Amino acid sequence: MHIPDGYLSPQTYIPLYGVFAAAVTVAVKKVKKEVSARDIPYLGMAAAFSFIIMMFNLPIPGGTTGHAVGSAVIAILFGPWAAVVAVSVALIIQALIFGDGGITAIGANCFNMAVFMPFTAYYVFRLFNFNPTRKARVFFAAFISGYLSLVMAAILTGIEFGIQPLIASSTDGKALYCPYDLKIAVPAMALEHMLLFGIVEGLITAIIVRYFLRNEPGIIYAFRKGGKNENE
Amino acid sequence: MPSGREVKMKMNKLQKKILVILLLLCLLTPIGILLPAFFNTGDAWGEWSAQTIKELVGYVPKGLAKYSDIWKAPLPDYSVKREDSSIVHRSGFYLVSGIIGATITYIAMLLITGLIIRNGE
Repeated sequence: MHIPDGYLSPQTYIPLYGVFAAAVTVAVKKVKKEVSARDIPYLGMAAAFSFIIMMFNLPIPGGTTGHAVGSAVIAILFGPWAAVVAVSVALIIQALIFGDGGITAIGANCFNMAVFMPFTAYYVFRLFNFNPTRKARVFFAAFISGYLSLVMAAILTGIEFGIQPLIASSTDGKALYCPYDLKIAVPAMALEHMLLFGIVEGLITAIIVRYFLRNEPGIIYAFRKGGKNENE
Repeated sequence: MPSGREVKMKMNKLQKKILVILLLLCLLTPIGILLPAFFNTGDAWGEWSAQTIKELVGYVPKGLAKYSDIWKAPLPDYSVKREDSSIVHRSGFYLVSGIIGATITYIAMLLITGLIIRNGE
């Protein structure tokens, strides 16, 4: 899901840089307000976890490879705004040092995996609106949250790929950037994430949330942030 | 600087445990090279090189050709050279890249969140 340089037109990647910058501005304010200093080590580990989990390329036999992102579990445990910062740090380092994801596409990749995905995950998880003592239900909700958020982010990425032939083609009809249109890009991105990578994201989300529920339930943002604080 | 408050991170037991788990995960990263190689799968969708694109659609889109090499990453594709010969080499470099990348990410995140949170106090 790391869009490389050259796949997105400037008409796409520049606005996405803008959206990402706006999200970071808000995230900084929210993290300042929501995160306590004692949780800083967790956030460092969350960013490192996201970096590492994205290195586990999994094959779809006869097809392509892909990976989980870790945004969903970070959003549930530490809040979607903290996830914005953590996953962005991982993605920017991947782009700068390892060439994984383009420099021009940093805004797009961060928007897809570090903004859109954690918020989707968080709100899907909150939809279940259950009591944290119902452990099986928490596990199920976390799985769905991870699964859906990765699939949705993949579809969003597919849309960004797929609109390129519409935005920029040369006079002879050849694409200037990503050559595949929406009819190809969206199903391709959606299907592979529905078949395999989403399931992996769902499982790691569910397993880690369960682990924290057993070992440090007080820290879980999605459960802490209830009642009074909810609409602040 | 914050006054008497202890801001320096002292890790609790769970945090130390998670750090060990992360380290173990780092050691397992070569799976990300070995599994795709075993099943002989290609690149991730939409992450092909200009060369592969040419094989797929018959031409290299002009904008793609212009931008695709805009950035020279120090460790491209979690490796040191473009075409590593053996899978053992590639796995080794991948592992080292994983440790380097995860460490930099960890430290960068500690510094950034530290700055954000302390500025507010």
